[in-house]
Amino acid sequence: MSATAAVHSLWTTAAADPISKIDAPKIEYGQLAPILIVVGAAVVGILVEAFVPRRTRYYAQLFVAVVALAAAFASVVALAADGYATTKAGIAAMGAVAVDGPALFLQGTILLTALVGLFTFAERRLDPEAHGNRVDSFAAQAASVPGSDSEKKAVKAGFTTTEVFPLLLFAVAGMLVFPAANDLLTLFVALEVLSLPLYLLCALARRKRLMSQEAAVKYFLLGAFASAFTLFGIALLYGYSGSMSYATIAQVVDGTVPEVTPALADTMGNDVLLLVGAALLVMGLLFKVGAVPFHMWTPDVYQGAPTPVTGFMAAATKVAAFGALLRILYVVLPGLRWDWRPVMWGVAIVTMVVGAVVAITQTDIKRLLAYSAISHAGFILAGVIAATPSGVSSVLFYLAAYSFVTIGAFAVVTLVRDAGGEATHLSKWAGLGRRSPLVAAVFAVFLLAFAGIPLTSGFAGKFAVFKAAAEGGAAPLVVVGVIASAIAAFFYIRVIVLMFFSEPRPEGPTVAVPSPLTMTAIGVGVAVTVVLGVAPQYFLELAGDAGVFVR
Amino acid sequence: MNPVNYLYLAALLFTIGATGVLIRRNAIVVFMCVELMLNACNLAFVAFSRMHGNLDGQVIAFFTMVVAAAEVVVGLAIIVSLFRSRHSASVDDASLMKL
Repeated sequence: MSATAAVHSLWTTAAADPISKIDAPKIEYGQLAPILIVVGAAVVGILVEAFVPRRTRYYAQLFVAVVALAAAFASVVALAADGYATTKAGIAAMGAVAVDGPALFLQGTILLTALVGLFTFAERRLDPEAHGNRVDSFAAQAASVPGSDSEKKAVKAGFTTTEVFPLLLFAVAGMLVFPAANDLLTLFVALEVLSLPLYLLCALARRKRLMSQEAAVKYFLLGAFASAFTLFGIALLYGYSGSMSYATIAQVVDGTVPEVTPALADTMGNDVLLLVGAALLVMGLLFKVGAVPFHMWTPDVYQGAPTPVTGFMAAATKVAAFGALLRILYVVLPGLRWDWRPVMWGVAIVTMVVGAVVAITQTDIKRLLAYSAISHAGFILAGVIAATPSGVSSVLFYLAAYSFVTIGAFAVVTLVRDAGGEATHLSKWAGLGRRSPLVAAVFAVFLLAFAGIPLTSGFAGKFAVFKAAAEGGAAPLVVVGVIASAIAAFFYIRVIVLMFFSEPRPEGPTVAVPSPLTMTAIGVGVAVTVVLGVAPQYFLELAGDAGVFVR
Repeated sequence: MNPVNYLYLAALLFTIGATGVLIRRNAIVVFMCVELMLNACNLAFVAFSRMHGNLDGQVIAFFTMVVAAAEVVVGLAIIVSLFRSRHSASVDDASLMKL
C-alpha cells in the first residue's frame, strides 16, 4: 500500500460492492411530444426575442407559436388515434406523467383554446395606430412607468411586448402537464409553470395600466399564498405515505400497500396527516378553478388583466385545474371519498349560489363574466362530485364546451371600445344591438350558452353534468344547480335586453372592426357553441371514451 | 433528536408565514412571508424524508428552492413596477377595483 493510499484510507473506506450503476431514466419522447413541442417552442420564442430585429419579431413570434400549438395538437390527435387514450394508456417519464384519456382530451382542449387565445393576443387593429405603428393590447414597454416620458418614447418608437407569445407558450406547457401529472412533485412544478407566466401577462395591459398592475399584484400574492398551502399539503401527504407517486399514495390510503416499513406503519396510522394534507392540496386546486371561498381574486384579476389574457386564462386555466383536481380526487383519494364528498358538496353549493347571486349586482362586463365563471366552476364541481365514470366524461365535455364560449365572449368584449380603450361598463353597452347587430347577436349567443339555453353547448354541458350528478347520488345538488342556473339566466338575459331593447347613447362606444385573427377566434367560439349544442352526441361519446384514468 | 420536533417547527414557521401574509400591508413583506411558508414546507419535506428513509423529500426541497427563486423573479418584477407607478407598495392602496 502506498503512502498516499494509506493516508487516504484514514477517512475513506472501500465500498463493500462497487456502486451499482444508476440506470438512465427512460423517457417516452413520443408520448410526451405535445408537452415537449410547446416547451421547445417557448424556448425558441425567447431566442427570437433576443436575436430577431424588433420589426420582424412580432411575425416570427406569431409564426413559432401558431406552428407549435398546431403541431402539439396534431401529436395529441395522433396519440389518441394510436390508442393511448384507451387501450395503450399508461404512465410515461418514470412515473411522472400519465398518458391516458382524460389527459389527452384535456390537452387537446387546452391546445385548441390556446390557439384561439393566441389569435386574440396577436390582434393589432383594435387600438388606433400610435405614431403610424400598429399596436396590440399589450404595453409598449412593461418596465416604463405609466404616463412617464419613457413610456411615451416607447410608444413613439412603436415598441410592442412580443414577450407575450413565449409567456403564453410557457403557461400552456404548464397547463398541459398539470392534468397529466402523476406525482405530486410534477403537479407542483406544473402549477408554478402555468401560474408564473400568467402573473406577468396580467400586468401587461396597454390601457388602464395601473389597474392591470394592481390585478397582477393581487393575483401573484394570492396565487403564491395558495401554492404555499398546496405545497404544505403535498408535504403532509408525502409524510403520510412516504411517496410522491399517485398510485402509491392511493394504495397507502386504501391500506393495500404491498410493503410496509416501520416508518410507514407509524405515519399510516396518523389520519391527521392524510386529512389535513388532502385538504390543503385540494384547497390549492380549488383556488385555481376559482371556487368559493377561494374565489376572491377572480373578479379583480379578470377585470384588470388585458382582455385577451383574461379570456385565455379563464378558459385554459380552468380546464387544466379541473383536470388536476379530477385526477387527485379520482386516482389519489378515492379511498377518502366519504370524507371529501361532503366537503365538495358544500363548496359546489356555495360556489354556484354565490357566483350567480353576486353577478346580479355587477356593473362591469368583465366582472360580470368573472362571477359567471365562478358559478360555472360550481356547476362543474357538481359533475366532479358524482365520482362515477360518467361524472368524469361529463366534466370533460363541459370544460371543452365552456372554454370556447368563454374565449369567444372575452374576444367580443375587446371589440366594444371608446376613447379610453375597451368600454367595459355595462351602461355603455346599452343599445349595442341597434348599432352593430352582428356583434350584439354573437355576444347574445355566448350569453345564452353561459345561461344553458337549449341548442347551445352550455345546455348540453349542464345537462351532462347534472345527469351525472343525479346518477351519482347528488340529486339535491342538481336542484340547487338548476335554481342557480335560473338566477344566472336572469343577469345574462338582462345584458341581452340592455343590448337590444334600450336606446343607444349618443356618446356611446363604437365597435372596432377586427382583423381576421379576432374574427377567427369569435367565429370558432360561435361554431363550437352551436355545433356542441345542436349535435353534441359525437363529442359526448368522445368524452365518454376518454373518461378512464390510468393508475 | 426526534424528527417529529422538526415537523412542529415547520408547522410553526408555516403558521407564522400565513399570519404574516394576512396581517402585513407591505407587498414585499407579504411576499417574504410567502417565502417563509415555502421554506417551512422544505423543512417538513426534509424531516419526512429522514423519517421514511428515502430521498424523495430532499429532492423536492431542491425543486421548491428553484420554484421559490423563479417566484422571486416574477414577484419582485411585478411589485417593483407597482411601486414605481404608485410610490407605494402597500397592498391596501391597491384598491382601484373596489366596488
